[in-house]
Amino acid sequence: MNTVVLLTLTGLGLAALYFLVASGLSLVFGLADVLNFAHGLFLGVGAYATWWAAGNLPGAGPDGLGFVVAVLFGVLAGSLVAVLVELVLIRPLYSRTIEQVLVTVGLSLAGVALLQATWGADPRTFPRPDWSRQVTAVFGAQVPNAGLLLIVAAVVVLGALLAFLRWTRYGLIIRAGVENREMVTALGIDVRKAFTLVFAIGGAAAALAGALGGVYFGTVSPGQGGSLLIFAFIVVVIGGMGSVVGSAYAAVAVGLLQQFVNYYGTSGLGDLCVVGLLAVVLLLRPQGLAGKVAHA
Amino acid sequence: MTNSVVDAPPAQVPDELTPGRSRWHGLRPYLPLVALVVAAVLPYSTLNLPGIFEGPLNSPGTLQLLAICLVFGGLAAGYDLLFGRTGMLSFGHALYFAAGVYGTDVLVTKAGLPLWQAAVLTVIGGTTLAALLGAVALRTVGIAFAMVTLAFAQVGAILVARDFGGLTGGEEGLPLDVSGLPAALVGVTNTVNLYWLALAYLALVVLVVHRVSGSPTGRVLAGLRDDERRIGVLGLDPYRFKLVTFTLAGGLASAGGVVYVLIVGGASPHITSSELTLSLLVMVVLGGPGTRWGPVLGGVLYMYLDHRLTAFGSSDAVNSLPAFLSHPLSQPLFVLGTVFILAVYFFPGGLASLRTRLAPLRTALRPRR
Repeated sequence: MNTVVLLTLTGLGLAALYFLVASGLSLVFGLADVLNFAHGLFLGVGAYATWWAAGNLPGAGPDGLGFVVAVLFGVLAGSLVAVLVELVLIRPLYSRTIEQVLVTVGLSLAGVALLQATWGADPRTFPRPDWSRQVTAVFGAQVPNAGLLLIVAAVVVLGALLAFLRWTRYGLIIRAGVENREMVTALGIDVRKAFTLVFAIGGAAAALAGALGGVYFGTVSPGQGGSLLIFAFIVVVIGGMGSVVGSAYAAVAVGLLQQFVNYYGTSGLGDLCVVGLLAVVLLLRPQGLAGKVAHA
Repeated sequence: MTNSVVDAPPAQVPDELTPGRSRWHGLRPYLPLVALVVAAVLPYSTLNLPGIFEGPLNSPGTLQLLAICLVFGGLAAGYDLLFGRTGMLSFGHALYFAAGVYGTDVLVTKAGLPLWQAAVLTVIGGTTLAALLGAVALRTVGIAFAMVTLAFAQVGAILVARDFGGLTGGEEGLPLDVSGLPAALVGVTNTVNLYWLALAYLALVVLVVHRVSGSPTGRVLAGLRDDERRIGVLGLDPYRFKLVTFTLAGGLASAGGVVYVLIVGGASPHITSSELTLSLLVMVVLGGPGTRWGPVLGGVLYMYLDHRLTAFGSSDAVNSLPAFLSHPLSQPLFVLGTVFILAVYFFPGGLASLRTRLAPLRTALRPRR
């Protein structure tokens, strides 16, 4: 029983990490049709900015309020980079999907190499607040606090995103844009502002994932974003592109499946099962769990 | 299918637009052959090109670098069959290449098969794998297809990294057991044979791609790239054509893997990573997608730069620069990624379009008569 609770909660922690990356990817793809390979870069920027801030920024530190400041700085940095990427690199190429993918591919290669050039290829020890290394007893299981922190953060982000999409004017425009972009444009609304906004939100969520993932794993390295990104892609496809709720469901399914199979089967088998799940979903329901039909 | 495809009548070209016949015009069809012969006799040259290669042309180090470049030229040409000719954006091409590399390596080293059997089995296996996975992945189109192929390739990477059954050697890779190989392919002095093997592979891929794209099937593929729905309306099944192309490209990539493992003398897990597919994409786009020589050029140049930029990055010229310049420049991927982004913006046709892009400049510079 204890094991099951523990596995469920760590699985949910992993799911939270996937969700934070996938929600931004999914929104960006749903609205702007950009498959963003540079999303892993935003994650890396968030992680490294937090790491840097905890050591160097006045007022920030590895513990207490200072840690919150450091994470905020990381999220801001990720968001800023995302907006810059959108404005400078993606915007001139709108409606040319393949070129956009190519640019983000180039960006992911060059950006990760830049991180590596600046801070080296070796993993850096991430500043962690002391309480995040401890465990909390939940139903008799000793659950690491870092995982719980991720879950709380993901739930807050999910709630905030849904509230934003449902009750604000820009949320309305984004939802309408995902549904039918041409119609929104035809009604005289500048969808491109919404593109920038979605990139900012996605970048912020990915940077948060980078910062909290650093706490969770204890280290930060340039390639971290890339490996997470692939699972985030899988989550996006399973969940249905453009759907935040679908991403949440899919992230939970993927995280739990991975954690349980990796524990009860051989290590690594869970990762394979996730791809199996992807294949099954594609065969039975190509448009994903929720959301619109993915078209070219 | 009856042979009812009729050649379209050639478009009328006004006289003033017909290019003038230059002195070498008659030679043009034979240029590929000439290039092949030049490349084949290259190892007999002892020419020393300081700064470009570290040793003379016939030194084993240079020949190995050239062989790797040629294999990747072939791989890029095969990938272009998917991307440039059919418009399929696959992010999982590394899987079939890795299947070729690891398949040969495992069959030779662990199962002790003779090389030719291992090679045949591997290519058949790689082709079958491409057919099976393609059958699933092609149920999606466009970006979803890209993601699905990426996920499948990731499975390959995981399988290799986790080292199930101790077959792949995990993170350390698996050195090729050379004791069972033909003597002509083993040893530093025989690098030249590997070079010729790589050249033969490149020639094979270019020939296959050329034949396919010139055939009626090739026209259907170009149609799929430009407007898939229209091909469907014409009564042709896009799924079948795409699956055949995907399988063919997968088979070519696994054959490339067989050659690569012989050149490098082992398999390492980094070839399974999605980065390899991404670099194939970079090669094709830099070279010029959908052209005959663009991808080959792109592949050769990319691999050459990837190897040489490492040396360039640690050279004195770069190290004497200020830190904010010298650190990024010492990362080959940073340089290549930046060049790639610039190419997407400013050279959408890649290297192959340079000729036409430079044409106005040339006419402007030509002395008036």
